[in-house]
Amino acid sequence: MTPRKDVPATTAPTTTETTVEALLAAKEIAVVCGPGGVGKTTVAAAAAAMAACHQGGKVLVVTVDPARRLATALGLRLGRGVERVRPSAFAGARVTPRGELWAEMLDTKQSWDALVTQHAPDAATAKRILGNPLYKDISGRFVQSHDYIAVERLYELHAEAKYDLIVVDTPPTRNAVDFLLAPERIIDFFSSRLLRLLTVPYRRRFVDVASRPFYYVADRVLGSQFVQDLAEFFILFQTLSDGFVQRAQEVERLLADRRTTFIVVSTLEDMPVREAEAFMDLLPAKGFHLGAIVLNRVLPTYLLDAGSSERAGRLTASADELARSLCSGAVEGADPALVARVLKEVGTNFNNIGVVARREASQRSELSRLAAVVARAPELEDDVHDLTGVLELGRHIWSPEA
Amino acid sequence: MVDLLDRKLLFGTGKGGVGKTTISAALGLLASSRGKRALLCEMDAKGDLASCLETPATTFEEREVLPNLWVMSMDAEASLRQYLSLQLKLGRAAHIGPLARMFDFVASAAPGVREIVTVGKLCWEVRERHYDIVVVDAVASGHIVGQLSAPETINRLIQVGLVRQQTDWMLEILSDARTSGALVVSTPEEMPVTETIELLKRLEAETSVGLAGVVVNRVLPELFGLREEQMFEAISEPGPRRYLGEALGGPAEPLLDAARLMVKMRRSRTAHLERLRAALSPHRGGLEPQPELLYVPYLFLRSYGLRSTRQIAEALAAELES
Repeated sequence: MTPRKDVPATTAPTTTETTVEALLAAKEIAVVCGPGGVGKTTVAAAAAAMAACHQGGKVLVVTVDPARRLATALGLRLGRGVERVRPSAFAGARVTPRGELWAEMLDTKQSWDALVTQHAPDAATAKRILGNPLYKDISGRFVQSHDYIAVERLYELHAEAKYDLIVVDTPPTRNAVDFLLAPERIIDFFSSRLLRLLTVPYRRRFVDVASRPFYYVADRVLGSQFVQDLAEFFILFQTLSDGFVQRAQEVERLLADRRTTFIVVSTLEDMPVREAEAFMDLLPAKGFHLGAIVLNRVLPTYLLDAGSSERAGRLTASADELARSLCSGAVEGADPALVARVLKEVGTNFNNIGVVARREASQRSELSRLAAVVARAPELEDDVHDLTGVLELGRHIWSPEA
Repeated sequence: MVDLLDRKLLFGTGKGGVGKTTISAALGLLASSRGKRALLCEMDAKGDLASCLETPATTFEEREVLPNLWVMSMDAEASLRQYLSLQLKLGRAAHIGPLARMFDFVASAAPGVREIVTVGKLCWEVRERHYDIVVVDAVASGHIVGQLSAPETINRLIQVGLVRQQTDWMLEILSDARTSGALVVSTPEEMPVTETIELLKRLEAETSVGLAGVVVNRVLPELFGLREEQMFEAISEPGPRRYLGEALGGPAEPLLDAARLMVKMRRSRTAHLERLRAALSPHRGGLEPQPELLYVPYLFLRSYGLRSTRQIAEALAAELES
């Protein structure tokens, strides 16, 4: 498809790239995001694999929860850190990559622990936090921890400056925008007045008139022991504040950096499209760069052809007649009833899928106005579970089709 | 035998993007059309539930949108306020403005508290018999276990206090398989099926909520039986294809290609369906009530809204009867 160039100036992204290929050649970080269930992981892997094959250099893909067969194909193992994808894995696709493809499968729990250890004032505090019974429950809760850990890891990898391009596959969230708000939430959390209230030493609480009703209710509802446990934990956790907040601010800056771009993936189904749109609305507000939209599992365009649709209608309507002539000619001796049944199915099916294809096409043209690069990939016949499949998907999104 | 809709509290969940909101809405619609007073509740305020029913945005206040069908969206803070005033008789204190905000913070920070007040609200509606059935468009499979195991989390972490006293009656409602159940929505694709299988294991191991059923959404039609498929291949040969092209006044290839595409798409999904069925079979052995396995066909529609939700409700009704 031809990328739109007639984008109004007010909504036009600052990008001049017109293909995913050109976009990735110009950026150092690509954050792949979008609603759940649209194929973000495979798109991220595909973009990284194509860049490694055709642009060279060291390309890294960081992923959170890949399908098992894809993980196996890429040689990914949980918590093993960054590992190079064996060049032999490309052999099946008959490609000799110009560059190197590296991959990491994130272990979010391990990453949180590492973060705590890093930002704690000393080893003893780190140990006390990690050993606190509330830690396990809380680390997965008070912020959307999975969202944050992916960007935090991205920051660390980028700082290592070992890779020419890093592609991050974002974790599944309740809502795609949660991911964008994660660093902000960390900052809010540590700077909130409420955290300060909660961490007021226990004996001083009832002196402070303003917080007295709060503790009265909190103690009655949660039990004073639990409120105290919580307070103790947060007092401990607050020692991480400076390090965490500073890092979260740096992470935000990196996401807004001009070397970073966002690739939004969606299918053309109703709800994913709406979620993707809401997500894209938020990008400019945060100062983030929308590089491309990748539409996945798109139906082929021949289904849109009006002439074919008309012929499909005719095929269904005159199936009996056509079947009779076929049986006395081209498929001689066949059962006309059977042939008619098949012809009817073929005609009905074309117009059934045609309805979906037309709905998709109108969704697509609406979405196309939002980004300079709109790529699309067809529904592939098989699930993507090896590098050959990854590269096949990659070829579709790499440059616009004719 | 307990029918799916004889239950009082159903939690619709599943991997993001499989259509759990639509399925939950359709079940609510179906229950209400059978004369049950049904409440539909959207747990994460994305607004998808309202668009399935083509109704203005849902709020925490329940609203009757169709005969016998009420809708609401969950709001942890509003739920907490209601909880404090109704269940803990803390009416006055609960209305202190900043207090609610502080609680929102504690609820975000303290494990299980937010969940207990939101799931608590739903259990409370069941206990008070305000509705015949409450269908929850719950959070996606990654988060549902934390929500449904909230009473256990609270029991583990909190020894005393009013919240603790609430867990017993909630557990009674949640753990009664005739009253409550999880309804896992999937599609016949690799990741949704894998996630569903993992979720079934976790629900059993970590929560007391039973499995009410699995709904496989967007099942593509089977165009041809074996004989039809052989005939389709014969018709796709150059001779008959040319004949059809002449008779129709234009190439027949796109029509045949589209049929082949559908056959391939359906076939690639069959293996995943098999995997799901196999994983479900131990859950279905001897259990009473037995978890349902329901198939909802792919709908070839111009748009989604109340009409498509109704069609899905009809498909579910047909499945429940078979």
